Amino acid sequence: MVERTPFLNFFTHVILFVGFVFCIAPFVIVAIAASHNLKDVNDVPMSLLPGSDFWVNIKTAWATADLGPKLLNSFIMATGVAAGKVIISALTAFSIVYFRYPGRTFIFWLIFVTLMLPLEVRIVPTYAVVANVLEPYQTIMDLTGLSWLIEKVSGVHVALNLGMLNSYPGLILPLIATATGTFLYRQFFLTVPDELTEAARMDGAGPLRFFIDILLPLSRNNMAALGTIMFLWAWNQYLWPLLITTDQSHATAVTELKQLIPNVGGAPEWHIAMAGTLIIMLPPLVVVVLMQRWFVRGLIATEK
Amino acid sequence: MEKRVTFSRWTIGILFAVPQLLLIFTFFYWPAGQAVYWSLTLQQPWGGGNIWVGLDNFRSILSNADYWNSISASLIFAGISTGLAMFIALVLAALTDRQLAGSRLYRVVLIWPYGIAAPALALAFRFILAPEAGFMAVVNQVWPGFWDPGLDGADAMASIIVAFSWKYVGYNFIFFLAAFQAIPRSLIEAAAMDGSGVIRRFWDIQFPLITPTIFFLLVINITESFQDSFGIVDIMTSGGPANATNLMVYKIYSDGFKGLDYSGAAAQSIILMMLIIVLTIFQFRFIERRVHYR
Repeated sequence: MVERTPFLNFFTHVILFVGFVFCIAPFVIVAIAASHNLKDVNDVPMSLLPGSDFWVNIKTAWATADLGPKLLNSFIMATGVAAGKVIISALTAFSIVYFRYPGRTFIFWLIFVTLMLPLEVRIVPTYAVVANVLEPYQTIMDLTGLSWLIEKVSGVHVALNLGMLNSYPGLILPLIATATGTFLYRQFFLTVPDELTEAARMDGAGPLRFFIDILLPLSRNNMAALGTIMFLWAWNQYLWPLLITTDQSHATAVTELKQLIPNVGGAPEWHIAMAGTLIIMLPPLVVVVLMQRWFVRGLIATEK
Repeated sequence: MEKRVTFSRWTIGILFAVPQLLLIFTFFYWPAGQAVYWSLTLQQPWGGGNIWVGLDNFRSILSNADYWNSISASLIFAGISTGLAMFIALVLAALTDRQLAGSRLYRVVLIWPYGIAAPALALAFRFILAPEAGFMAVVNQVWPGFWDPGLDGADAMASIIVAFSWKYVGYNFIFFLAAFQAIPRSLIEAAAMDGSGVIRRFWDIQFPLITPTIFFLLVINITESFQDSFGIVDIMTSGGPANATNLMVYKIYSDGFKGLDYSGAAAQSIILMMLIIVLTIFQFRFIERRVHYR
């Protein structure tokens, strides 16, 4: 900065470079291993010069793990979660910030609490709910005697059943059911000047009009940031898709990684495994590189 | 903070919140309540509903040596990987913030690891750290039997710690760098004018000003080490060898979905939830402190 510190500068460069190498090494090793053949990849030490089998391995990995449909599933899930979050959080934040109604603080806290318990710690019961999404409502109707009443009056036996295992809504909806984005919007809405609202109201705009024509266009930056973060987060989900996609047709790319682990006793096909890993880690990496600004901003804003 | 100007038709206002409320009721509050219910009852093996057993599930879990083993493995994992990931990220961010030549490159590349799915990097590290191929094999040739995560619990733990820390160095780096950059340059320039060197400025100005970020990251890292570790454990070690890496979330999963012991898994979930709630309350106290800081 202002003084000359040659020794410290040298030291800084060395440490940063070492950090850089450690950060980049796994990517490089995966890419190189993916280009070897079975013999070369198991050489000790493995040659760091790329082999010639890169495209062959990529094709084999693609076929072994059936990556075409799986990547599509991942893409649908990640896009669904990102879009759902961006829309639903905006609606909720609008309601919390721009209206005064009884129970508003209660709703605020109800949503806030969901930040505390991530999906991972409540997987078992969430799985049961997704097996029949209407079960909570059925139970409530049974307990309140409502279903008994309906059966008496109309003769219809109420048995609500809507299974979401092995379906896109089942993959997506539980991942949306947290408050992450709501608070991002809330913070932003609170900074929107009141004069804007007053002017809109004076021009005769109702809440819906104000929301769509003024508030949403103003929140474009927030939407991009939140969308990027949520897309990556959903793409990288593992435990949840693993649980609810018992049927291969809805499995995601990340859960397919397990198929690529060389089995004990079989040929150690690390070159195929690394080719698959490379394909699966590439899309999020591309998003991070292209959307770096939104990624960093979204990360810092959603977590704080 | 509240808005001064609001809309008066509050029925519309509530309607805006309905989708979110339906979602969190169905997929958050109901399952959370269900977990409490299951943890206090025992499911009959061949149907016939649940019978009330009170705290028996908790008693049997807490008297199980495997569970305590899982707790201590989780705590060791959380402690070492958080310490490692935060320390490395802090050093890298502090040095990047000196803005010497090339710092823009580091600013871009050092955040990449956080974008990678935990299971994907786990598979990469499983190869890199494999005892018979990859890079630790070289060490094994020099000292045979030095490294084998498939047999030695400590080696397996070390592997998952390396994989997790690698990812979270990227995460912590983003936050540390943002915190450093939020410190007004004029403050540091003034200190430099008063004759304090780089090291002195770090300890007396920058470090105190980023302590809120350190506390925040401490809590997030520990919480994430409970959740995000699942994919790493599942791909790299499957909880083995001999339960050495059977972390809490992994144990809930294997007891609940492989062992089909819903009640036991629910009770474990409740214990984990409490642990995380305690951590979050802890975090809130620090968030309050952070507000006072500015």
